[in-house]
Amino acid sequence: MAKIGLKKLRHSYMPNPKSADDYALKEIDLDWSDGGAYALLGPSGCGKSTLLNIISGLVKPSEGQILFDGQDVTALPPDQRNIAQVFQFPVIYDTMTVYDNLAFPLRNRGVEESRIDARVREIATMLELDDMLKRRAAGLTPDAKQKISMGRGLVRDDVNVIMFDEPLTVIDPHLKWKLRSKLKELHHKVRATMIYVTHDQTEALTFADQVVVMDEGVIVQIGTPVDLFERPAHTFVGHFIGSPGMNVLPCEIRDGGAFVSGVHVPTENAGARATGKTEVGVRPEFVSITENGVPAQVVRVADTGRHMVVEADANGARVNFILNEGARIPEGEIALNFEPARTRIYADGWLVEGSDV
Amino acid sequence: MSAKTQNERAWWFVLPVVLLVAFNALVPLMTVVNYSVQESFSQGVWFWSGVDWFEQTLHSERFHAALGRQLLFTTIILLIEVPLGIAIALSMPKTGPWVPVCLVLMALPLLIPWNVVGAMWNIFALPDIGLLGYTVNALGIDYDYTQNALAAWITVIAMDVWHWTSLVVLLAYAGLVSIPDAYYQAAKIDGAGKWAVFRHIQLPKMNRVLTIAILLRFMDSFMIYTEPFVLTGGGPGNSTTFLSIDLVKKALGEFDLGPAAAMSLIYFLITLLVSWLFYTIMTRQEEEG
Repeated sequence: MAKIGLKKLRHSYMPNPKSADDYALKEIDLDWSDGGAYALLGPSGCGKSTLLNIISGLVKPSEGQILFDGQDVTALPPDQRNIAQVFQFPVIYDTMTVYDNLAFPLRNRGVEESRIDARVREIATMLELDDMLKRRAAGLTPDAKQKISMGRGLVRDDVNVIMFDEPLTVIDPHLKWKLRSKLKELHHKVRATMIYVTHDQTEALTFADQVVVMDEGVIVQIGTPVDLFERPAHTFVGHFIGSPGMNVLPCEIRDGGAFVSGVHVPTENAGARATGKTEVGVRPEFVSITENGVPAQVVRVADTGRHMVVEADANGARVNFILNEGARIPEGEIALNFEPARTRIYADGWLVEGSDV
Repeated sequence: MSAKTQNERAWWFVLPVVLLVAFNALVPLMTVVNYSVQESFSQGVWFWSGVDWFEQTLHSERFHAALGRQLLFTTIILLIEVPLGIAIALSMPKTGPWVPVCLVLMALPLLIPWNVVGAMWNIFALPDIGLLGYTVNALGIDYDYTQNALAAWITVIAMDVWHWTSLVVLLAYAGLVSIPDAYYQAAKIDGAGKWAVFRHIQLPKMNRVLTIAILLRFMDSFMIYTEPFVLTGGGPGNSTTFLSIDLVKKALGEFDLGPAAAMSLIYFLITLLVSWLFYTIMTRQEEEG
């Protein structure tokens, strides 16, 4: 097990990158502690898989360093980094039995048979694969195959980090949940550093102690699931996490306060230092109907069963908010109130630091 | 007016294909079957002879010799073309500007008609004027495929390898490029060496295409006629007289229609049996694997 450090990491798939846009990863600095469960979350093409492949050694970064326990491994090939990786599609060796699949990484490293046997059986029990050890891996279901891929990473007790690249993509929805809790349980048992890449917020938030949200090759926010929900550092995070995502409305800054459609909106942070494009962000959970507030027009109401999601139009900006089941369904012109402690000013997308005076 | 919900008129649509199959397969085959059980001394006069021709053919040394040569030839070219084809496919680039170049180069021999291939190699290997024949002789090796049986065999085999290895290459290559990158990455992380990658990833993933390649090469080489006929004419002596060459000699050269028909039926059954065996064994392996 190891702690992982990324120092001034940049990567471009082009031979001679010039502008920042040529980089798939734009300067990443990260420190991950030993034994933690981390998730890399972001939309397709945000660079999360590139980052993962750089850590595993499948891709060599254009610039920067990767440190395992303070040791520079940037130049090492994957097999010398002592890492394990589980891919999007289960990778199994078709011609081998489940047992041989699990033993494969150890046999390649010349571990003695008795030790291999003990290790394989231990991991098989952990993954609930013990009753199929003698079977050929080719005929198994996708979730069993994915368990074998995980097992091949877990059998080696010296792995520095186990990485998961959207491992639940091909798994049936009802098994996804099972496999995810299995993974969480495994992490508690083996205490290996684990990095989980996904574009699915539920997977990221349930698996990880700390989530790294990426967009366009940049780390937008690092935090616990609660941080990401309660205090998004960027409108992207607010929008990406939560369903429906955070509302973002253009605002005007006057006397340090935010005005939406001419109505003053009290916020948690002060807007004094806000420059550029200014917006207020508030989650649908913290918007309510009031007498005097931001004027809006109801567009549609969606009933999710547990609650209703009302979509309204406030002077051209979409505002979603939540109404409890059984509440009166609003129609036409309404006025909206944003809970001041949960409403924040963003400048050029980024959260403006400093609280209201 | 009662609407008839069911009628048999649709059967008429099947008629064209029945006719087609009848005229290009059933009728010729039955003609051969007909010949194989009769004897004729003059035009239009036939006598029933039962299974005599089959017995005669099965006991004939000439047939045994031709069958032996045929099996040896097919075995040798399979042993060369399959491993060689896989090796070439493995060394071909998977991406980049050289891919189309390699593919076209590989496909070229396949586009040349059989008799042209035979004629090309006939001239190419001639000891006095052929580039290959002359060069080999100039190097001090005595080589004349028109006189020496071993030289003739080597030439026929070289020609077949030149003509048909590409087919194995293209099929194997198709199998190789369809392997997702993740397999290679996982193997790298699992610390697998080159041989382990070949043995546990590439070979199993090529299984299906290789089955097809081996079947095609078996059937084609077992029925080979034009190329050796143009190259050596079955000689020197009978040394490269394979089954089909022998059959044509018997049927058209000697006009022994009865024995020739019996022989072609036996020939057909052997091809069918061996193809079926190959297919069954290889697909069973796949099911287990």
